[in-house]
Formats: sequence, C-alpha cells, structure tokens
Amino acid sequence: MTDRQTEIAEGQGAVPPQAAADVDHRLVAAGLSAGYDERRVLEELDLQVPEGSFTVIIGPNACGKSTLLRSLARLLRPESGEVLLDGSSIASVPAKALARTIGLLPQSPTAPDGISVADLVSRGRHPHQGLMRRWSRADEEAVLAALEATGMVELADRPVDELSGGQRQRAWIAMALAQQTPLLLLDEPTTYLDIAHQIEVLELCAALQRQGRTLVAVLHDLNQALRHATHVVAMREGRIVAQGAPEAVGTAELVEEVFGLASRVIEDPETGRPLVIPRAP
Amino acid sequence: MLETAPRRAGGPRGHDGSRGSGAPARSERRLPDRTLRLGRFGLRLDVRAIVVTLLLAAVALSLGWWNLISGSSAFTAADAVDALLGVADDGTARVILDWRAPRVVFTLLGGAALAVAGAVFQSQTRNPLGSPDIIGFSTGAYTGALVVSLLGVGSTWSTPAGAVVGGLGTGVAVYLLAWRRGASGLRIILVGIGASIFLGSVNSWLLTLMSREDALSAATWGTGSVNDITWAHVAPLLAALALLLPTMLVHGTDMTLMEMGDDAAQGLGVRLERVRLIQFLCGIVLVSVVTAGAGPIAFVALVAPQLALRLTRAAAVQLIPAALMGAALLVGADLLARSALLPVQLPVGVITLCVGGVYLVWLLVGAGRSGGRGRSR
Repeated sequence: MTDRQTEIAEGQGAVPPQAAADVDHRLVAAGLSAGYDERRVLEELDLQVPEGSFTVIIGPNACGKSTLLRSLARLLRPESGEVLLDGSSIASVPAKALARTIGLLPQSPTAPDGISVADLVSRGRHPHQGLMRRWSRADEEAVLAALEATGMVELADRPVDELSGGQRQRAWIAMALAQQTPLLLLDEPTTYLDIAHQIEVLELCAALQRQGRTLVAVLHDLNQALRHATHVVAMREGRIVAQGAPEAVGTAELVEEVFGLASRVIEDPETGRPLVIPRAP
Repeated sequence: MLETAPRRAGGPRGHDGSRGSGAPARSERRLPDRTLRLGRFGLRLDVRAIVVTLLLAAVALSLGWWNLISGSSAFTAADAVDALLGVADDGTARVILDWRAPRVVFTLLGGAALAVAGAVFQSQTRNPLGSPDIIGFSTGAYTGALVVSLLGVGSTWSTPAGAVVGGLGTGVAVYLLAWRRGASGLRIILVGIGASIFLGSVNSWLLTLMSREDALSAATWGTGSVNDITWAHVAPLLAALALLLPTMLVHGTDMTLMEMGDDAAQGLGVRLERVRLIQFLCGIVLVSVVTAGAGPIAFVALVAPQLALRLTRAAAVQLIPAALMGAALLVGADLLARSALLPVQLPVGVITLCVGGVYLVWLLVGAGRSGGRGRSR
C-alpha cells in the first residue's frame, strides 16, 4: 500500500505536523503488530504522532483503530514491534510514570454510583500521588483547572449519574486532564452523544490542542475528523493507508480506497475543510 | 492555565448551568466538597466517613464489652476490669479471660476480616453478590479444615493452613473455570455458586466419614460457631490480619479505581494484575483463617461492606468502615446467639444466616425491580 504522507502547514497557530523531531514527548509505533488471541489486527504498522497535533484515526469498522490506540496507551501488549515514548520502549516505563505522560479516555468507563464530578476528576490525580503524598495544593489546582477547561465548575458537586451524556463525557475528559499529561488518547470520545454534544467534545479537543497538548483520538465520523483534526490517519485492514493534513487526506479517491464508498468532496462552507458527501445511488 | 469557554466567576454552588461571562477569580475558587484537609500534604478525609467509622468502632467495642460481662454468669463492669487487670478471683478470671475474651476478640477480628474480604471480592467482581460466602471460598476453606481434622492432624496452625489451602484451591478453580479472556464478575459469581453447592455436598460427605461425636461437633462448626473458640484460634487470625490488612489497605485506592473499568484504571497507572492478585490472595487467606476457627459464617462478608457503603455514602467501598461494620455485626450476632434462647447457645452462624438471608432476598428483589441496572457510565 502507498503511504501518502503529506504535510501541509496548519493555519491556526498549531505546530506544523512533523516539524518537531526533537521535542520532549514523542509517541511512535514502530513495526507494531498486535491483536487479540489468535486474531492479529495490526500488521507491522508504523506511526509517528506529530508533536502538538490533534491526530484523529479513522477507518471502517474492525480496521484496527481502537487496537492501535490501545497499543499506544499500553493497554495491549504488542505481538511484535513496539511503541516508543521519547525514543525508548513504552513497555519499560513504570505504570505511574506512564500515567503522568499519557492520559487516556477509555471507550466505556464506569462511574461509581453516586460519585460527584469533583471526586471523579480528583481521581485523575492518582498518578501524582503516593503513599506518603496524598493530596496537595497542586492536586487541587489541577482539578480546578481541569474543571474549568471543560466548563464543569458549576457541576462539580453534582453526581455523575445525574448528568447528560455530553456533560458526563466532559467529566471524564476532565479526569484525564487532571492527570496533566502532555499526551491525551481518546477512544471514540463522541460515541453515544447527540450531534451538539459531539461537536462540543470535539471543540474541546481542538482547544486543548491549541493550548499545546498532543491529542490522539479514534473517531467514527469522517467529516468530523476532517473538520477538527490537524492530522488525519486513515486505516484499513490493520494498516495505515494515508495520513496527513485533513486537506490532503480528505479526497474522493481516498474515501473510495479506505471505506469503499463513492463520494464527492466539497469545501465545508463553514471551515474551508474538506466535506465528504456520499454519492446518491 | 486552561481556558476554553467563558464561565461564571465565584461560587459554583446553587447556580443554574447558564454561562456568564465574568473573569474567573481563580484564587477564590475552591473545590466544592465535604472533605477535611490536614496540612499541606494532608490526606483528604471525608468527614462523614470519619464520623461513621468512629461510631462503628464505638458500637463494635461496646457490643464486645457487653458480650464479655453478660451471659449465664453475669458480671459487673468492675469484675471484668479486675479480670483484665489480673486482680479478680480465679473463677471470674477463668470465665472472662479464658472463655469469653477469646470469643469476643475472635468475633471482632473475624467479623472485620470477613468484611474486608467481602469488600475486596465485591469490588473485583463489581457486584454486591460477589462475596466469598456466596462464591464458595468459605465453603472451600471449610472443606480444607475438615480434611485436616479428618486426618487427625488438626492443631492451632495446621487447621488454618488446611483451610487456606482449601480456600485458595477453590478460588483458583473458580477463577480458572470462569476465565474467558479475563474473568468477568458475573461469570465468577455463577461458577462460584456452583462450586459452593458442590463443596457443600463434599463437606456433608466428609462428615459421614467421621465418628459420631466428631461429626456432631463438626456440624455445629459447619453452621459457623464461635462457642468453642480459644486463644489458640485467635492467634492465627491475629497474625493474618496484622500481616494482610496493611497490604490490602495500601492497595485500597487502586481497588476503587479498578471499579471504573480496567482501561480507566490502567490509564491512571494502576497495575491491574498485581493489585488483583494481592487482593485475591489476602482476601482468601483472611476468609480461610476465620473459617478454620469458626466454620463458614454466612453473610457477614456479603452484608457488612454494603451496609458500610450506605452509611458512609461513599462512591466506593472503603475497607476500614467495612471492617468495623463486620466486627460490629459479628459480635452483635454472637450476643444474640448467646442470649436469645438461654440457656441454649445458638451457633452464631444461625443468626447471621437469618439476618443475612433477609438482606439477600432484599438485594435480589431490588436487583430484579430495577431490571438488573448496572452502574451508570
């Protein structure tokens, strides 16, 4: 398969993809093969997450998007190859140190019955705490900052199970933010949300990226990926078919190749980004 | 540091969700919670949990004290204090120090041990039914203890050791049988209930192999009884608790994080396999040591953590309130068992069975009503 690596400098003040080879945190998959039991999902995949990007992984169902994200988060042990963090294998990083570098929003976390938003978000401080060092001013600051960034301050003492779907997802993102990690991985953060809440979550992700974090998300909606991401990774059958800026990846040929869908691509009148419209039969 | 949406400054309480456009006054902001902080690197303590914990400790100790002085030969508090100080007459000292005190200490420690084990397994299975008395671990421990006495090698340390082997064997078997790319809580419970029924029949069969006198005393033991507890039974329990409880407390936070799901916990830096194995081993050893002394006492492990959870209104089971609740429950149940039908002493297991049975029905009816509602996302 062809790797159409394309780099187009971003116009909105983001770090241009691939421009930062020597920065502190850099997440790389090298020759990564992974899967479950007998079924191999990823085949010798190579990926470099551009520093400071909002990278979105797209592709048809069962193409290995989530498997890739789970491997990057070390939730899944690779069969061969490895994931590198700052040039050394992620497998050798201590659990809490990793959790201070990579934050994770898993696909379907469970909020304990009756837990308040503030308590849930406080749990994000766990990697920064130890036996002798429990709760500090820094923890409190981080939790407050996370609540503010997600617009959840007003809801801080509400039980999570009384929130709407979008608010709940924001609470979980706030928990991951309280970890204060330079990298944030999100596995389908918009699933089960209505359209307004989907946009809300994606805008939040884009804002976090503009503030300097590196985000990697798996999304189902191609147009949302093209609209919000700074770097799009298109996968099919466990391999990366194409990656680059949305303008480069969002083409009719590529949609045909990745999803097997005939489409037209027009310019989104709101953002100027590519907008994929499936062809009528 | 992070600013995205404009929002209202000042007190977050009591406002509607509408977003004003005031500048956020960071320095005035505090987390709205009900916690108490001790010092700069202080623990964050839940005031309600502290009050409940202290009350439970007081209740457990008072019930224990009452147990010490009441009964077929009643004493005054002064007698008991004399006995504890070693200045009482021989008869009083004998009843209080040799007969009653080990029993009170055993019920207090045993109730705590059972409750902690119950809390751990309920957390691991993420289900209030996932308690060692339901999923066969105490039955298996009892099988181990029975085998040891049947072989005629029962002693202070060999009977608990046999119970631990039986409990661990049952635990490992249940987890392996329930294993399918990870062991889900519900599968562990279903397999465990099966194991419990099977081992119950094994235990009955073992009783038929004994002499009539041995079988009779073993049968009382089999319902859970502390009538014959001596200091020799207390020693292994005390040793196990002193060793294992601190270990379990250290991993208590990890345990609560794991209730959010494996991925979320791992994302927060929890080493799942390690924590799971430690809590599993510690929990089974505690249940087994109690069972070796008093037989399989039903329902304390099932009920105590959940009652403590409701009293503290915490978002996750906390081990210390659960332990104190277990201590209070078992010592209270023993008080009832001793005094309800004087001069007959019931086995304490009969009381916990009656009380716990009602709770179990209530739990199942409640689960049925809400359509088996899982925890919200």
